[in-house]
Amino acid sequence: MAFSQLRLAAAAAATLAALLAMPAYAGKTLDAVKSRGQVVCGVSTGLAGFSQADSSGKWSGLDVDVCRALAAAVLNDPEKVKYVPLSAPQRFTALQSGEVDVLPRNTTFTLTRDASLGLSVTTVNYYDGQGFMVPVKTKIKSAKLLKGQTVCVQSGTTTEKNLADFSKANNLNIKPVVFDKLEAANAAYFSGRCIAYTTDASGLASIRAKEAKDPKEHLVLPELISKEPLGPMVRRGDDEWFAIVKWVLYGMLEAEEYGVTQANVDQMKASSPDPVVMRLLGGGNEDTGKLLGLEKDWMARAIKAVGNYGESFERNVGSKSALNLPRGLNNLWNKGGLMYAYPVR
Amino acid sequence: MTRRPPPAKKVWTWRSRALRGLVYQLIAVLAVGLGVWWLASNTMHNMQVRGIQSGFDFLGRPAGFDIGESLYEFDSGQPYWRAFLIGLTNTLRVALIGIVLSTLLGTLLGVGRFSRNALVRGLCYAYVEFVRNVPVLLQLLMWYVFFAEVLPTAADAWTFGPLFLSKGGLSFPIPIWEAGHLWGVSGLLAGAVLAFAYRRWSFRTFEATGQPRSLFWVPLAVFVLVGVLGWAAGGAPAHFNSPVKGEFSIEQGGSLTPEFLAVVLGLSIYTAAFIAEVVRAGIQSVVRGQGEAAAALGLSPGQSMRLVRLPQALRVIIPPLTNQYLNLTKNSSLAVAIGYPEVVSIATTSLNQTGRAVECISIVMLVYLTTSLTTSFFMNWYNRRAAIKER
Repeated sequence: MAFSQLRLAAAAAATLAALLAMPAYAGKTLDAVKSRGQVVCGVSTGLAGFSQADSSGKWSGLDVDVCRALAAAVLNDPEKVKYVPLSAPQRFTALQSGEVDVLPRNTTFTLTRDASLGLSVTTVNYYDGQGFMVPVKTKIKSAKLLKGQTVCVQSGTTTEKNLADFSKANNLNIKPVVFDKLEAANAAYFSGRCIAYTTDASGLASIRAKEAKDPKEHLVLPELISKEPLGPMVRRGDDEWFAIVKWVLYGMLEAEEYGVTQANVDQMKASSPDPVVMRLLGGGNEDTGKLLGLEKDWMARAIKAVGNYGESFERNVGSKSALNLPRGLNNLWNKGGLMYAYPVR
Repeated sequence: MTRRPPPAKKVWTWRSRALRGLVYQLIAVLAVGLGVWWLASNTMHNMQVRGIQSGFDFLGRPAGFDIGESLYEFDSGQPYWRAFLIGLTNTLRVALIGIVLSTLLGTLLGVGRFSRNALVRGLCYAYVEFVRNVPVLLQLLMWYVFFAEVLPTAADAWTFGPLFLSKGGLSFPIPIWEAGHLWGVSGLLAGAVLAFAYRRWSFRTFEATGQPRSLFWVPLAVFVLVGVLGWAAGGAPAHFNSPVKGEFSIEQGGSLTPEFLAVVLGLSIYTAAFIAEVVRAGIQSVVRGQGEAAAALGLSPGQSMRLVRLPQALRVIIPPLTNQYLNLTKNSSLAVAIGYPEVVSIATTSLNQTGRAVECISIVMLVYLTTSLTTSFFMNWYNRRAAIKER
């Protein structure tokens, strides 16, 4: 049996399995994670900068750091993560069925997804927008010049819908060629089947940096045609686990705002004069971890594992990576971006 | 032959075999029904508990995505059920064309295995053994890579007269509909009727007098000739919407996308190998004496194959041939891997937009079940026609 059939069968089986399991999950994820000694994390099948396994099978990326931070906060070991690579059409079923505990898989938050899938969106870990990439030699400089052209897309994403809206609004009659797998869509674009490739701008940068024979031969067009707030999703009905995922992300932002880094976290925890930092790292008398059902130093462990949000960003997608994306909207709120953590107290 | 005694009348007592049989059957039916009911109700219950919305109401909502190729216009504002319908027509388009092509190719290959020419025989053998032992998905990907990598870009497309072959697929001129074409179509219809009448007449003459008459070439000529006459009578309209090279793509005219071509070619070539084996087995099942008798009557080897051996072989060929047709139809779901928008591809997209996994997968299952049962129905009907009529 070939993989797309297998995939469909797997989706069907996962759905069925989900539906056969009798008890509802409310409040059980944390217990399950602790007794299993592992966080099961649904990630992409390979998107450089966000979640990708290297040649030795070690995963890294901005989304992977969410898993590592979670494992460090809950289990005191960032390595205690099992990564489950999921294609776009598989991902929600995998989370619904309990196959994964959390889904940080460059997934856009939308109303339909939040309201009708039995899932909840936590908080954004990357603000993105959908863009287009074209070969430089086509001399296309704007997405509005794509009239009647073929555009390669991966199926099962918000991308298809945005593309249809953009095409309709600008009367462009764009012809999508829809692929089941990211790899197939990449291959089709680079072989010249489509004039343009569309996905989130960060994804385009990642694909250009990692997949193109010569990144300079491809141009990411200036227009962004949608808002794509990406972040981890969890199952609905388990508010305890929902809160943990959300606050680990906020904690990483708070750490950046207050200058806590992977290098200085131990020293800050021992001797910071700032009560905010002491609360965040569990250095003082206040125990924020207890409220979440975690140890007192939950956030200190997470930061020791992956660093603060800024460090994670620069290492995976920013200036220290091949993608070299600007911070832009993903800067902290007090530096002109949208990243704003609720106070950890 | 002695007549069998009539079956004993059934005795319905508590210890009778008939009653026991009935009870077992009832229990089996009940168990299956209960299992299905349990699966369905448990599914609904769990989905409700987890806040997963369900139901087929989404089919009426606007789809919101575009489809790359379709037989008729589709717009992202149209509802999901129309999108599914396009997926279905795209699946059927591949299945029908694939069935015709694979049958033609498979029959030629199967007959070729009996050729007196060793090279032809060897080539047919090699084809079958090579093609049927390579997974069909790999073959589809191979054809797709061929179209995507080997063919030139639209700017320097290969040109064969009015045809263009490029990464964008095969572009060809399509006639622009004019009133005169109506005459042409009527001509073709009249030609078909005449050809059919001639064929019947010549068949009757042959049966009555033994005088062989053309059953194929003359009717075909009649059909084409009358069609052309009708077209000429309509003023011979010959305006075409021809493809032209645009800046990035071939514009205007009709076109077949590389996805479609790869799926049709890949599936036809793959299934033809199996059909060739079915045909070969069928021909081999016809007793030698039939061929020898045909030779003794003075029929050429070609006539012997066409008039004596193949018609008898059909009886053996049709049932397994039906299986191959069903396989081809179901294998078309692999096209999702190379970006052809058939019904599975549409379902995957819809599933992701709406999150209705159970619903979308059941629609796909229903579609394949219906097409397969319809195909079987027709083939069984044809089988009854071709079967030996005992008189």
